[in-house]
Amino acid sequence: MMRFSTLIRHPADWMTGAQADQCAVVTSRIRLARNLRGHSFPGWAKKSERAETLEILRPAVEGLPPMKDAFSREFGDLSSVQKQVLVERHLISREHAARSEGSGAVIERRQSFSIMLNEEDHLRMQSIRPGLRLKEAYQALNALDSELEQKLEYAFDPTLGYLTTCPTNLGTGLRASSMLHLPGLVLSDQIGPVLQAVNKIGLAVRGLYGEGTESLGNLYQISNQSTLGESEETIINRLDRVIAQVASHEQNAREKLMEDDPSMVADKIGRAYGVLRNAHLIDSKEALNHLSLLRLGGNLGFFPAATVNLCDTLLMDIQQAHLQLHAGTKLSPESRDSIRAEIVRSRLQSLDSPDIDTKKNNQTDRFPEDGNPEDA
Amino acid sequence: MKCDYCDSKATVFLTQLAEGQMKKVCLCDSCAKERGVTDPTGFSLADMLVSNFQDPPSPVVSGKRRERSAGGAKVCPECGFTVEDFQKVRRFGCGKCYQVFNEELAPMLRGMHKGLSHIGKVPEGLMESHFRHKRLEELHAKLEQAIASESYEDAADIRDEIQTLDEVGK
Ligand SMILES: [Zn+2]
Ligand SMILES: [Zn+2]
Repeated sequence: MMRFSTLIRHPADWMTGAQADQCAVVTSRIRLARNLRGHSFPGWAKKSERAETLEILRPAVEGLPPMKDAFSREFGDLSSVQKQVLVERHLISREHAARSEGSGAVIERRQSFSIMLNEEDHLRMQSIRPGLRLKEAYQALNALDSELEQKLEYAFDPTLGYLTTCPTNLGTGLRASSMLHLPGLVLSDQIGPVLQAVNKIGLAVRGLYGEGTESLGNLYQISNQSTLGESEETIINRLDRVIAQVASHEQNAREKLMEDDPSMVADKIGRAYGVLRNAHLIDSKEALNHLSLLRLGGNLGFFPAATVNLCDTLLMDIQQAHLQLHAGTKLSPESRDSIRAEIVRSRLQSLDSPDIDTKKNNQTDRFPEDGNPEDA
Repeated sequence: MKCDYCDSKATVFLTQLAEGQMKKVCLCDSCAKERGVTDPTGFSLADMLVSNFQDPPSPVVSGKRRERSAGGAKVCPECGFTVEDFQKVRRFGCGKCYQVFNEELAPMLRGMHKGLSHIGKVPEGLMESHFRHKRLEELHAKLEQAIASESYEDAADIRDEIQTLDEVGK
């Protein structure tokens, strides 16, 4: 049985797989919702019924070839901090973490698949990939789903498709989404119109925190809203196209910023570097915003390209439950901020100050290695 | 600024785009905590937003089955879910509920999705019956047309095909 510590000791595949040509798209995620025929949905089922469906679901999921030696737990056997760590890793939903006996999760060793059991639906399966890889993520998850369907009888209606607890997921049960890092659009005040345009074509856009169009860490998620009346392929193709467009807008915005106002960009990145390298108390909001700029610096060539992966990993590791797990004890907000600062300082120890003079003066070599929007 | 869910001072502000408009959600510390909005994580937070903020705040279906009066209200024969339950939580109790509450559901689906009937993956074992069902839907529509335009010969042919398909389905 895979231990919890083994699972989280290593960063997930998607955290270390950032692609140079996809600097604005952090991850792609596909989620499928499925239910068993003839069983009440988890939220309505009696305790005994939930236990019964878990007995059916768990062996079927554990028996899938990619889930060989997977991390598999019923939630009664996990502490709340452990469940919270899984939330911060995007492996289970926050709502799912609130459940205990009768619910569970099976997580593939490299964290590229995870299957929640008795979440809002009997099965919530997801696959995550780095960069813009929605089609690849869907193909992988679809294969898994087809395999499961040999063993389980799904609730399916010829007109309504896959039946889900909430009618918003009805039909394909598919939610496809990407997390985008859009500091260029934010810094150049173009984020509002771009997001409005995306929303107009029926896709959902969410900033994660903050007021107005501002979002903490400049991270945004774009996903499909409609799940009924279109095929999986149509949904994913549209999303893929739109996200590639947003990514190329982001790329253009970055190039324009470097041309029009290189000092402003250099100043922001330099200050972020200064704070992260020297802070002794830092809350998650401040850390996220500075890490966003550091990541941008990695994309723009101010720092080595590996800085991008470093930032993506840090983004996970500085969150509450990860810190608590790291410290091995419950933390006050103050000691949390102190440990967070300590982790950030130590990870960035060997990162040299931004290569600002070359960046500002050398017009021909502004974007080494990365950022070819045509590839998007 | 006040919390959207109670009268305390709001300290957490979330923004999301819905139906072309920026919607701002303001929460106080305790409501934020209750809804899990304490740390900015990517996907999980977004998931939480979808499920908690698209609808008005609603009681979670907790698996408690209330005693209900036998008379009147529509009840799912398989799971005991009632029409009031649906109106309250906008979720269903089991797959059968979709048939039982079809009337209540239909107007909701219109605003929610691009279409009203499923296009896409079909479980392998159900493939045959799925396509038979789709074909039958088509044929019934054609039959109505044929009758409306008084093409009675066509109508007879269509009726034959429907009968054959119905036999296979039994
Ligand atoms: Zn409140
Ligand atoms: Zn029911």
